Amino acid sequence: MQPSDLLKEGERVLTICNACRYCEGYCAVFPAMERLTTFPERDLNYLANLCHNCRECFYACPFTAPHEFDVDIPRTLTQIRESSYKTYAWPKWLRPLSSTLAWLTITCGTGFSLWLPKTNGNLYTVMPHEIMVAIFTALSVLILLPIALTALHFARANHLSAKAFAPALGDALTLKYMSSGGTGCTYPDETHSNARRWLHHLTFYGFSLCFASTCVAAFYHYALSQIAPYSYASLPVILGTLGGVGLLFGPLGLLALSIKAETTNWFDAEFTLLLFLTGATGMLTLAVRETPLLGRVLIIHLALVAGLFLTLPYGKFVHGIYRFLALVRYSLDRT
Amino acid sequence: MAAENGARVIIVDSAPKEFRGGNSRHTRNLRVMSETYSEKSFLTDLDRVTGGAMNAQLAELAVRSSPEARVWMTQQGVRFQPALEGTLHLGETNAFFLGGGKALLNAYYFAAERRGIEVLYNAEVIALNIRNGVFETSEILHNGESKEIRAKTFIAASGGFESNLEWLEEAWGPAARNFLIRGTSFNKGRVLKLLLENGAQAVGDPTQCHAIAIDARSPKYDGGIITRLDSLPLGIVVNRNAERFYDEGEDLWPKRYAIWGRLIAQQPDQIAYSIFDSKLAGKFMPSLYPVIRAITIGELAERLGLEPGALTATVEHYNTAVIPGSFDLAHLDDCRTRGLAIDKTHWAQKIDTPPYLAYPLRPGITFTYLGVIVNEKAQVQGVKNVYAAGEIMAGNILSKGYLGGLGMTIGTVFGRIAGTEAARAAL
Repeated sequence: MQPSDLLKEGERVLTICNACRYCEGYCAVFPAMERLTTFPERDLNYLANLCHNCRECFYACPFTAPHEFDVDIPRTLTQIRESSYKTYAWPKWLRPLSSTLAWLTITCGTGFSLWLPKTNGNLYTVMPHEIMVAIFTALSVLILLPIALTALHFARANHLSAKAFAPALGDALTLKYMSSGGTGCTYPDETHSNARRWLHHLTFYGFSLCFASTCVAAFYHYALSQIAPYSYASLPVILGTLGGVGLLFGPLGLLALSIKAETTNWFDAEFTLLLFLTGATGMLTLAVRETPLLGRVLIIHLALVAGLFLTLPYGKFVHGIYRFLALVRYSLDRT
Repeated sequence: MAAENGARVIIVDSAPKEFRGGNSRHTRNLRVMSETYSEKSFLTDLDRVTGGAMNAQLAELAVRSSPEARVWMTQQGVRFQPALEGTLHLGETNAFFLGGGKALLNAYYFAAERRGIEVLYNAEVIALNIRNGVFETSEILHNGESKEIRAKTFIAASGGFESNLEWLEEAWGPAARNFLIRGTSFNKGRVLKLLLENGAQAVGDPTQCHAIAIDARSPKYDGGIITRLDSLPLGIVVNRNAERFYDEGEDLWPKRYAIWGRLIAQQPDQIAYSIFDSKLAGKFMPSLYPVIRAITIGELAERLGLEPGALTATVEHYNTAVIPGSFDLAHLDDCRTRGLAIDKTHWAQKIDTPPYLAYPLRPGITFTYLGVIVNEKAQVQGVKNVYAAGEIMAGNILSKGYLGGLGMTIGTVFGRIAGTEAARAAL
């Protein structure tokens, strides 16, 4: 349950919006709103998760402060959205722990790496492959469970069914509603720009390529019995390098935009920062893999990956899941 | 257009930046001639709403120049979107602005900035020095500081006087104090008055304004489109004495909603109430303020501050006069009453399904009709180097009545003409 004054404010401003509807063409929020006549918590959470905080509707609204109606849809929906991540998170008790555990892991890993003797270029003398696999398999199970349960919780609240997954996936992967009909969003300032959308693409697809690289490497290891390190021209290295470049520029750019837009907060920045650091140390690992520094850099990189993993179920990462599921409902409601 | 033609332009706006650009901020579309809306249909619509009382030459000019105006708008960065939900009847005649009028204004101000046009906010014109029919300077009060601006030409795009309650009172008497103003509080008509005092010829009935029924709980100024209520034709409308005073089902609502402001202005205390029952809840655009509800008509009357006995009697009397028919909001249906002093001629259904619902209503003033006469060059008649565009000269074409999106057509077409001509005269 969200704070009642926040829900009341959401209901107030959306009632104003629903009597106006001039912003209908900007994104999915407004057509979705028009299908509703009242705004209970469940629907506010749904609408809030369709909103990208692009601020187009804020600049277009004649009822923003100093008007006595004081409408600010992106601000209100952002507050509700961030609050909705707490509402549907499961199990809730783990939430405050996840970030602490993550940074503890990163600190310990970094500290440990400094203790480490210098190694020659062999990856697995630093950490045997079996141990690496065991740690990250355990971690994956640990984080997948709360992510899946949270997603299920939100999906059930919105009565979702799988039949609308395909169109929603298309909308999500292209960031359809982060373009304000093609001209780009009014983010970070009042002028239109597609910068945020492209930086988000760099980040998301960078992350995906790194994930793909890991999967291909696992396939090489187990199916083809080829042991890392792989050559520079091999698929895992190419995918990882492309992804790493994405993770270097995407998150940094997003962070810069949010500072310019004065929307920076730790919740967003933590995820962006960890993505950047993971990408940066990944690239560094590649760069030093034939030097005695490999061991230290690799341990730091692995600690950052573990830290990133630990923040996933309760950090900014979940916005993608909520947004996708909200798009599924949007797609279902339209048909 | 003046800046595009090389003139140095300064814009003086009496409003602060947040309320800039007059009431365009509340508009949503432009009526425009197109493949689906011929010149003839457009002019026929104009003729119908004004009863032919218009300058035909200027009307034709506005209609014929509207497609070009639309293209120009796009060049300034204005974006359009498909007709909004619930306004499909306007889809073929009107082009909707993406984000509405304020988004349009933002695009214009960005375009102005790119051309180096200076904009003064909080700057009210307090005097025009017009000598022998020639404009020389204007005195302005900018953030409380008096300044004089000398210019070769002057374009008045300052709207009507709808937010000047004292002026409205001249025509309407004390009733005007109970009017709500749908636009900003800055449309005082100062420039209009100054021009008329300095020899400009007037057009349009000085006593008339466009007024619709809006929720009585709306703010005094600037409630915009969202305070309107579409429930009136669904039930009955009564005054403070719980008496009906007009046929609520006279014609389709989009054709009739603009007469209700005046009707309510003529009622005691300028207040009325739209009363209907739960059969009809949700059959119209959602309202800004919550509907007032009660289980009995008497209780509803109490909530509204009406005499319960009187309202109960009015509803009972109305109910017995209802002739059953097949209810159809989209057409002039056969649901009517018979035998009442004021019959409801369509969409009459018994008010018998609790909870009973109501909205309080007041006149909401959209714009005034009084303006200055202009020629086809947007030149104000009676003063040599003064031009006019928008509501201040719309009365040349729309002398009465209303046509959705026409104000923006007139404003844009004559704004472009005024800019071009004023620059030509100045350079």
